Amino acid sequence: MGILTNQFQDNVFFATADSIINWSRKSSLWPETFGIACCAIEMISAGCARYDLDRFGVVFRSSPRQSDVMIIAGTVTKKMAPIVRRLYDQMPEPRYVIAMGTCAISGGVYNTYAVVQGSDLFVPVDVHVAGCPPRPDALLHGFVELQKKIAASRVLRREEPGAVPASIKEGA
Amino acid sequence: MTDVTLINESKKGDRLSREVLMNLGPQHPSTHGVLRLLLQMDGEIVERIEPHIGLLHRGTEKLCESFTYTQIFPLTDRLDYLCPPSNNLGYALAVEALLGIEAPERAQYIRVLMAELSRISGHLLITGALPMDVGAMTALLYTMRDREMVMDLMEMISGVRMHTSFCRVGGIREDLPEGCAERILEFCDIFKNRIADYERLLENNRIFLARVENIGTITADDAIALGLSGPNLRASGVDWDIRRDAPYEIYDRLGFDVIVRKDGDCYDRWKCRVDEMRESLKMIRQCIEQMKPGPFLVQDPKIAFPVDKSLLGHSMETHIHHFELAAYGFKVPKGEVYTAIEAPKGELGFYIIADGSEKPFRLKVRAPSFVNLQALSEHAGNMRYLADVIAMIGSLDPVMAEVDK
Amino acid sequence: MPDQFPLEKIIEHFNGRVVVDKDVTDMPCVIVTPKDLVELCFYLRDNRAFRFNFMSDICGVDFLPQLPRYQLVYHLFSIPLGWRLRIKCLLEDPPKAPTITDVWTTANWHEREAYDMYGIVFEGHPDLRRIYMWEEFDGWPMRRDFPLRGYKDQYNPMGAERPAEQKNPVEDIL
Repeated sequence: MGILTNQFQDNVFFATADSIINWSRKSSLWPETFGIACCAIEMISAGCARYDLDRFGVVFRSSPRQSDVMIIAGTVTKKMAPIVRRLYDQMPEPRYVIAMGTCAISGGVYNTYAVVQGSDLFVPVDVHVAGCPPRPDALLHGFVELQKKIAASRVLRREEPGAVPASIKEGA
Repeated sequence: MTDVTLINESKKGDRLSREVLMNLGPQHPSTHGVLRLLLQMDGEIVERIEPHIGLLHRGTEKLCESFTYTQIFPLTDRLDYLCPPSNNLGYALAVEALLGIEAPERAQYIRVLMAELSRISGHLLITGALPMDVGAMTALLYTMRDREMVMDLMEMISGVRMHTSFCRVGGIREDLPEGCAERILEFCDIFKNRIADYERLLENNRIFLARVENIGTITADDAIALGLSGPNLRASGVDWDIRRDAPYEIYDRLGFDVIVRKDGDCYDRWKCRVDEMRESLKMIRQCIEQMKPGPFLVQDPKIAFPVDKSLLGHSMETHIHHFELAAYGFKVPKGEVYTAIEAPKGELGFYIIADGSEKPFRLKVRAPSFVNLQALSEHAGNMRYLADVIAMIGSLDPVMAEVDK
Repeated sequence: MPDQFPLEKIIEHFNGRVVVDKDVTDMPCVIVTPKDLVELCFYLRDNRAFRFNFMSDICGVDFLPQLPRYQLVYHLFSIPLGWRLRIKCLLEDPPKAPTITDVWTTANWHEREAYDMYGIVFEGHPDLRRIYMWEEFDGWPMRRDFPLRGYKDQYNPMGAERPAEQKNPVEDIL
């Protein structure tokens, strides 16, 4: 009721600020080119002509300072783990991590003296993409799942009572 | 992490020309994996290179000591991950030499077919990646498109795009599906023109040539002393190819040329690989033509599963052998063997010491990329600027999983 | 074994210091002591009858509990003549061997790997450091008494428990 009621045409949308922010974040996820091992080849295939990642807004950036998401593609060894952590620390927030391949998720078949049994032992991981190596379609599915996760997150709105606050989850 | 004192003390205080120790870190678009280089540089000129490897060392060799011989096939896949069927072939040949058996002829043809397809796949990546490293980004997108075709064929044959684990000791896992031969021949026809496209795109391109010609020249004697093998050695003028000179499987029945070039610079190494893809196409066609129907696995129940799966339904003995093989694996008599094959990267050797049990006592992988990468630290040839180092890494084509095992 | 390979020439020249290993059937194999190794390598590389200019591989082996515990296995190849040869060198505990980087440049990294994995010290090596494991790593991974999963730490909770008498190494922790 009032002078503003039904004044706007159908091509004006109302949405919460959160959904706009989330939409812009999920539509331009820029990963860091960080292939470690075999999964890197499937990641490159996912970025090339057939399984085009560019249509998802995904543009590979070389520097961690310019990227939103880190795809840990390959086995992380104990020698490499501090370097991966340093790269993760250099990424500006909001930042996400996709663990691609079983080696990144849990060490894979390599339960040895030199391999970290899962990258969630030193970085917080958002999406696990299983496979050895996962097909490029599986990586695309991983990106879509990450997009769903971002769309469901609360940026400006307060967290629902009882839920774990985002700041604590982030700093794990 | 390491205490490296490379900086020349006498030049430290000079404002005009100061030496810098630069880190070309493991995360870099053109290091082809997790390779860390420490460069001692005088401005833009590189004086010494020290590669730091081991960032992908996964303990494959120690793991092999606790896996049975058949369980090791997936581990060999993950050595040179650009061409897994070749690694499988090398390992299968080594174990077959220990057992004193030979795979049936059809299996040999199919294994060679897969090895040559994987050679094309491996060479395609570097044919596109080296130009991308030096600035010609178009090449990679086109070669990856063709690589997808090869991966489709691999998926048709073995069910997996990469990491096929298709070979078994005594043959292969299963026969080629119907219609596969026609698809492979179709691919050969399409791909022949594509190689011509890549050559036309790059080989007379002034910028590409300026970046790779006369860079990183390695003489023939240096190449042999450094232990280089494969296209890296043949580009320096040494005419040696294990497939022709010490043939294994059915390579002695295939007609192909060995590509040898004389200058040993980055361009020659790149061109060697492009020409080798053409030869591989020839070999694939000959394999398809010469292949005859037959068993795809050696018919020894103590070593391999039965070819005719229906036997499992009504023969108790077959069933018991199958169970023992699946649960425990086959025993290999005491002995040792070193088998070398011509993998796409060079001489891939497997040294296996068997102690009579179903697990190897010691398995050593002679990884060609591990030896090839040493050429970088010996600072071979005239590699002056930092940009040349990038071209050199690309032309040596290291695969870090193989370097680090 | 190829019958034209003049193995007896080597035995004759070295007058009992080099022995043929008769158990090996896939290629000619000789056993030599560490102190004669470098001389044998120079002879094989430079002599016109052999011309072993290509060194394929250096492999370390640990035969615990059998003695002598360590063994170095060298694989040589002659590109002009097409012959392969295996040289074995038996080492005591603690293992020490001379370096052959002066004979073939490629031996540099192979010997670093054998040092890193087994603790075999190569005397005269220009740059003997670990190559696969990080510098401060404690232990020689490929030895048979080193556990496959390593010792338990925050990266591999499934590792073995460190024995009480071993010191706690300084590890590169975050």
